[in-house]
Amino acid sequence: MIIARILGTVVSTHKDERLLGKKLLIVRPINVDGTDTTGYVVAVDTVGAGFHERVLVVAGSSARLAQGMKDTPVDAAIVGVIDTVDITAPEI
Amino acid sequence: MQLARVIGTVVATIKNESLEGRKLLVVQTLNKDLEPAGKPMVAVDSVGAGVGELVFWCRGKEASFPFKREDTPTDCTIIAIVDSNAHVTQG
Amino acid sequence: MLLAKVLGNIVATQKNHRYENASVMLCQQITPEGEETANTVVALNAIDAGVGDTVLVVQEGWSASTAATGKSGAAIDSAIVGVVDRIDLLEDE
Repeated sequence: MIIARILGTVVSTHKDERLLGKKLLIVRPINVDGTDTTGYVVAVDTVGAGFHERVLVVAGSSARLAQGMKDTPVDAAIVGVIDTVDITAPEI
Repeated sequence: MQLARVIGTVVATIKNESLEGRKLLVVQTLNKDLEPAGKPMVAVDSVGAGVGELVFWCRGKEASFPFKREDTPTDCTIIAIVDSNAHVTQG
Repeated sequence: MLLAKVLGNIVATQKNHRYENASVMLCQQITPEGEETANTVVALNAIDAGVGDTVLVVQEGWSASTAATGKSGAAIDSAIVGVVDRIDLLEDE
Protein backbone atom coordinates (compact mmCIF):
# COMPACT_ATOMS: atom_id res chain seq x y z
CA MET A 1 0.00 0.00 0.00
CA ILE A 2 1.09 3.54 -0.47
CA ILE A 3 0.54 6.74 1.44
CA ALA A 4 -1.02 9.52 -0.61
CA ARG A 5 -2.65 12.90 -0.27
CA ILE A 6 -5.86 13.94 -1.92
CA LEU A 7 -5.45 16.33 -4.84
CA GLY A 8 -9.01 16.62 -6.07
CA THR A 9 -12.13 14.96 -7.32
CA VAL A 10 -13.27 13.54 -10.64
CA VAL A 11 -16.86 13.79 -11.82
CA SER A 12 -18.01 11.24 -14.36
CA THR A 13 -21.66 10.62 -15.20
CA HIS A 14 -21.18 8.33 -18.17
CA LYS A 15 -19.34 5.37 -16.69
CA ASP A 16 -19.40 1.64 -16.14
CA GLU A 17 -22.60 1.05 -14.17
CA ARG A 18 -20.71 -0.82 -11.47
CA LEU A 19 -18.99 2.49 -10.66
CA LEU A 20 -22.27 4.33 -10.07
CA GLY A 21 -22.35 5.95 -6.64
CA LYS A 22 -18.63 5.53 -6.07
CA LYS A 23 -16.59 8.61 -5.14
CA LEU A 24 -13.53 9.11 -7.31
CA LEU A 25 -10.59 11.04 -5.90
CA ILE A 26 -7.28 12.03 -7.46
CA VAL A 27 -4.45 11.22 -5.07
CA ARG A 28 -0.72 11.86 -5.23
CA PRO A 29 1.66 9.36 -3.60
CA ILE A 30 3.78 10.94 -0.87
CA ASN A 31 6.90 9.83 0.97
CA VAL A 32 6.76 8.70 4.58
CA ASP A 33 8.08 12.13 5.60
CA GLY A 34 5.08 13.76 3.93
CA THR A 35 6.85 15.19 0.88
CA ASP A 36 5.28 14.84 -2.55
CA THR A 37 6.35 12.34 -5.15
CA THR A 38 5.47 12.64 -8.79
CA GLY A 39 2.48 11.07 -10.48
CA TYR A 40 -1.07 10.51 -9.41
CA VAL A 41 -3.76 7.89 -9.44
CA VAL A 42 -7.54 8.05 -9.52
CA ALA A 43 -8.84 5.93 -6.65
CA VAL A 44 -12.28 4.96 -5.39
CA ASP A 45 -12.89 6.17 -1.83
CA THR A 46 -14.22 3.51 0.57
CA VAL A 47 -13.80 5.39 3.87
CA GLY A 48 -15.21 8.88 3.33
CA ALA A 49 -11.81 10.56 3.20
CA GLY A 50 -11.76 14.35 3.40
CA PHE A 51 -9.76 16.92 1.48
CA HIS A 52 -6.10 17.31 2.41
CA GLU A 53 -6.11 14.11 4.45
CA ARG A 54 -3.35 11.57 4.13
CA VAL A 55 -4.76 8.25 3.06
CA LEU A 56 -3.78 4.64 2.47
CA VAL A 57 -4.20 3.48 -1.11
CA VAL A 58 -4.22 -0.15 -2.16
CA ALA A 59 -3.54 -0.85 -5.84
CA GLY A 60 -4.11 -3.66 -8.27
CA SER A 61 -6.70 -6.40 -8.02
CA SER A 62 -6.45 -6.27 -4.21
CA ALA A 63 -8.41 -3.02 -4.39
CA ARG A 64 -11.50 -5.10 -5.19
CA LEU A 65 -11.18 -6.96 -1.90
CA ALA A 66 -12.09 -3.86 0.12
CA GLN A 67 -15.54 -3.89 1.68
CA GLY A 68 -18.02 -2.49 -0.83
CA MET A 69 -15.69 -2.92 -3.80
CA LYS A 70 -16.61 -6.48 -4.73
CA ASP A 71 -17.10 -6.87 -8.47
CA THR A 72 -16.26 -3.21 -9.07
CA PRO A 73 -13.83 -2.39 -11.90
CA VAL A 74 -11.17 -0.55 -9.91
CA ASP A 75 -7.40 -0.73 -9.73
CA ALA A 76 -6.92 1.61 -6.77
CA ALA A 77 -8.95 2.13 -3.60
CA ILE A 78 -8.59 4.40 -0.60
CA VAL A 79 -8.86 2.05 2.40
CA GLY A 80 -7.74 4.17 5.33
CA VAL A 81 -7.30 7.68 6.66
CA ILE A 82 -3.87 8.03 8.25
CA ASP A 83 -3.61 9.48 11.72
CA THR A 84 0.14 9.14 12.18
CA VAL A 85 3.16 7.61 10.49
CA ASP A 86 5.80 6.82 13.06
CA ILE A 87 9.27 6.04 11.71
CA THR A 88 11.26 4.69 14.64
CA ALA A 89 14.05 2.91 12.82
CA PRO A 90 15.19 5.18 9.99
CA GLU A 91 18.76 3.83 10.09
CA ILE A 92 19.20 0.41 8.59
CA MET B 1 8.68 -11.23 -2.82
CA GLN B 2 11.27 -8.89 -1.42
CA LEU B 3 13.42 -8.54 1.66
CA ALA B 4 12.69 -5.49 3.76
CA ARG B 5 13.32 -3.87 7.10
CA VAL B 6 10.38 -2.75 9.21
CA ILE B 7 11.11 0.92 9.90
CA GLY B 8 7.90 2.23 11.40
CA THR B 9 4.20 1.99 12.03
CA VAL B 10 1.10 3.60 10.59
CA VAL B 11 -2.00 4.46 12.60
CA ALA B 12 -5.26 4.83 10.70
CA THR B 13 -8.41 4.95 12.81
CA ILE B 14 -10.79 5.38 9.93
CA LYS B 15 -10.28 2.51 7.56
CA ASN B 16 -12.13 0.12 5.33
CA GLU B 17 -13.96 -2.41 7.51
CA SER B 18 -12.03 -5.26 5.94
CA LEU B 19 -8.81 -3.79 7.38
CA GLU B 20 -10.15 -3.60 10.96
CA GLY B 21 -7.69 -5.03 13.46
CA ARG B 22 -4.83 -5.30 10.99
CA LYS B 23 -1.41 -3.97 11.91
CA LEU B 24 0.11 -1.57 9.39
CA LEU B 25 3.88 -1.26 9.20
CA VAL B 26 6.22 0.81 7.08
CA VAL B 27 8.77 -1.37 5.31
CA GLN B 28 11.92 -0.35 3.49
CA THR B 29 12.75 -2.81 0.74
CA LEU B 30 16.35 -4.05 0.69
CA ASN B 31 18.64 -5.29 -2.05
CA LYS B 32 20.68 -8.49 -1.91
CA ASP B 33 23.27 -6.78 0.29
CA LEU B 34 20.50 -5.71 2.68
CA GLU B 35 20.87 -2.07 1.70
CA PRO B 36 17.80 0.12 1.16
CA ALA B 37 16.44 -0.01 -2.38
CA GLY B 38 13.50 2.08 -3.49
CA LYS B 39 10.86 3.84 -1.50
CA PRO B 40 9.27 2.64 1.74
CA MET B 41 5.85 1.01 1.46
CA VAL B 42 3.02 0.41 3.86
CA ALA B 43 2.49 -3.29 4.51
CA VAL B 44 -0.12 -5.30 6.39
CA ASP B 45 1.46 -7.64 8.93
CA SER B 46 0.47 -11.31 8.97
CA VAL B 47 3.19 -12.75 11.22
CA GLY B 48 3.60 -10.42 14.20
CA ALA B 49 6.61 -8.49 12.91
CA GLY B 50 7.96 -5.49 14.78
CA VAL B 51 9.99 -2.38 14.07
CA GLY B 52 13.62 -3.12 13.26
CA GLU B 53 13.03 -6.67 12.11
CA LEU B 54 14.19 -8.13 8.82
CA VAL B 55 11.21 -9.55 6.95
CA PHE B 56 10.04 -10.41 3.51
CA TRP B 57 6.85 -9.28 1.91
CA CYS B 58 4.62 -10.36 -0.94
CA ARG B 59 3.12 -8.03 -3.50
CA GLY B 60 -0.02 -8.10 -5.61
CA LYS B 61 -3.27 -9.94 -5.12
CA GLU B 62 -1.44 -12.82 -3.51
CA ALA B 63 -0.69 -10.48 -0.60
CA SER B 64 -4.26 -11.00 0.62
CA PHE B 65 -3.98 -14.80 0.70
CA PRO B 66 -2.64 -15.07 4.29
CA PHE B 67 -5.95 -13.64 5.45
CA LYS B 68 -9.43 -14.91 4.78
CA ARG B 69 -9.45 -14.78 1.00
CA GLU B 70 -12.19 -12.27 0.35
CA ASP B 71 -11.22 -10.35 3.38
CA THR B 72 -8.28 -8.05 3.24
CA PRO B 73 -7.52 -5.42 0.63
CA THR B 74 -3.74 -5.38 0.63
CA ASP B 75 -1.12 -5.36 -2.11
CA CYS B 76 1.81 -5.60 0.29
CA THR B 77 1.89 -8.10 3.17
CA ILE B 78 4.68 -9.17 5.49
CA ILE B 79 4.66 -12.94 5.30
CA ALA B 80 7.81 -13.94 7.20
CA ILE B 81 10.36 -12.70 9.71
CA VAL B 82 13.93 -13.58 8.73
CA ASP B 83 15.83 -15.04 11.70
CA SER B 84 18.75 -12.62 11.34
CA ASN B 85 20.88 -10.86 8.73
CA ALA B 86 23.23 -13.84 8.87
CA HIS B 87 20.39 -16.07 7.74
CA VAL B 88 20.45 -14.41 4.33
CA THR B 89 23.30 -16.05 2.48
CA GLN B 90 24.63 -15.84 -1.04
CA GLY B 91 26.71 -18.14 -3.20
CA MET C 1 -7.23 4.51 -12.57
CA LEU C 2 -5.60 6.91 -14.97
CA LEU C 3 -6.89 10.08 -16.54
CA ALA C 4 -6.39 10.08 -20.30
CA LYS C 5 -7.40 11.83 -23.48
CA VAL C 6 -8.74 9.66 -26.29
CA LEU C 7 -6.49 10.25 -29.31
CA GLY C 8 -8.12 7.94 -31.81
CA ASN C 9 -9.19 4.41 -32.53
CA ILE C 10 -7.18 1.42 -33.62
CA VAL C 11 -8.36 -1.03 -36.24
CA ALA C 12 -6.98 -4.56 -36.16
CA THR C 13 -8.56 -7.24 -38.28
CA GLN C 14 -6.36 -10.03 -37.05
CA LYS C 15 -6.77 -10.20 -33.30
CA ASN C 16 -7.45 -12.43 -30.35
CA HIS C 17 -11.03 -13.70 -30.62
CA ARG C 18 -11.98 -12.17 -27.29
CA TYR C 19 -11.48 -8.76 -28.91
CA GLU C 20 -14.20 -9.37 -31.54
CA ASN C 21 -16.58 -6.40 -31.83
CA ALA C 22 -14.54 -4.45 -29.33
CA SER C 23 -13.55 -0.90 -30.01
CA VAL C 24 -9.89 -0.27 -29.31
CA MET C 25 -8.76 3.26 -28.52
CA LEU C 26 -5.37 4.92 -28.34
CA CYS C 27 -5.22 7.15 -25.27
CA GLN C 28 -2.69 9.61 -23.95
CA GLN C 29 -2.33 9.86 -20.22
CA ILE C 30 -2.83 13.37 -18.83
CA THR C 31 -2.02 14.98 -15.52
CA PRO C 32 -4.85 16.10 -13.20
CA GLU C 33 -4.13 19.62 -14.51
CA GLY C 34 -4.91 18.41 -18.04
CA GLU C 35 -1.40 18.39 -19.49
CA GLU C 36 -0.41 15.49 -21.69
CA THR C 37 2.25 13.10 -20.41
CA ALA C 38 4.56 10.93 -22.49
CA ASN C 39 2.61 7.80 -21.58
CA THR C 40 0.22 6.35 -24.15
CA VAL C 41 -2.02 3.39 -23.52
CA VAL C 42 -4.15 1.16 -25.73
CA ALA C 43 -7.48 0.52 -24.01
CA LEU C 44 -10.75 -1.18 -24.90
CA ASN C 45 -13.67 1.18 -25.03
CA ALA C 46 -16.21 -0.18 -22.54
CA ILE C 47 -18.53 2.84 -22.50
CA ASP C 48 -18.62 4.41 -26.00
CA ALA C 49 -16.17 7.19 -25.29
CA GLY C 50 -15.35 9.36 -28.30
CA VAL C 51 -12.18 10.87 -29.71
CA GLY C 52 -11.18 13.94 -27.69
CA ASP C 53 -12.97 12.81 -24.54
CA THR C 54 -11.19 12.82 -21.21
CA VAL C 55 -11.64 9.36 -19.77
CA LEU C 56 -10.89 7.08 -16.86
CA VAL C 57 -8.78 4.05 -17.75
CA VAL C 58 -8.71 1.09 -15.38
CA GLN C 59 -5.51 -0.94 -15.54
CA GLU C 60 -6.29 -4.25 -13.91
CA GLY C 61 -7.11 -7.46 -15.72
CA TRP C 62 -10.40 -8.61 -14.21
CA SER C 63 -11.82 -5.09 -14.16
CA ALA C 64 -10.81 -4.33 -17.73
CA SER C 65 -11.94 -7.69 -19.08
CA THR C 66 -15.37 -7.64 -17.43
CA ALA C 67 -15.96 -3.99 -18.32
CA ALA C 68 -15.07 -4.45 -21.98
CA THR C 69 -16.33 -7.96 -22.74
CA GLY C 70 -18.72 -8.78 -19.88
CA LYS C 71 -16.59 -11.76 -18.90
CA SER C 72 -13.32 -12.24 -17.10
CA GLY C 73 -10.28 -14.02 -18.40
CA ALA C 74 -9.56 -12.16 -21.61
CA ALA C 75 -6.08 -10.91 -22.42
CA ILE C 76 -7.03 -7.31 -21.68
CA ASP C 77 -5.29 -5.12 -19.15
CA SER C 78 -6.75 -1.68 -19.84
CA ALA C 79 -10.29 -0.45 -20.43
CA ILE C 80 -12.02 2.90 -20.57
CA VAL C 81 -14.66 2.80 -17.82
CA GLY C 82 -15.75 6.43 -17.50
CA VAL C 83 -16.01 9.72 -19.38
CA VAL C 84 -14.80 12.56 -17.18
CA ASP C 85 -17.13 15.54 -16.95
CA ARG C 86 -15.10 17.61 -14.58
CA ILE C 87 -11.93 17.53 -12.50
CA ASP C 88 -11.89 19.68 -9.38
CA LEU C 89 -8.48 20.28 -7.85
CA LEU C 90 -8.06 21.52 -4.32
CA GLU C 91 -6.22 24.67 -3.40
CA ASP C 92 -2.95 23.92 -1.68
CA GLU C 93 -3.09 24.33 2.05
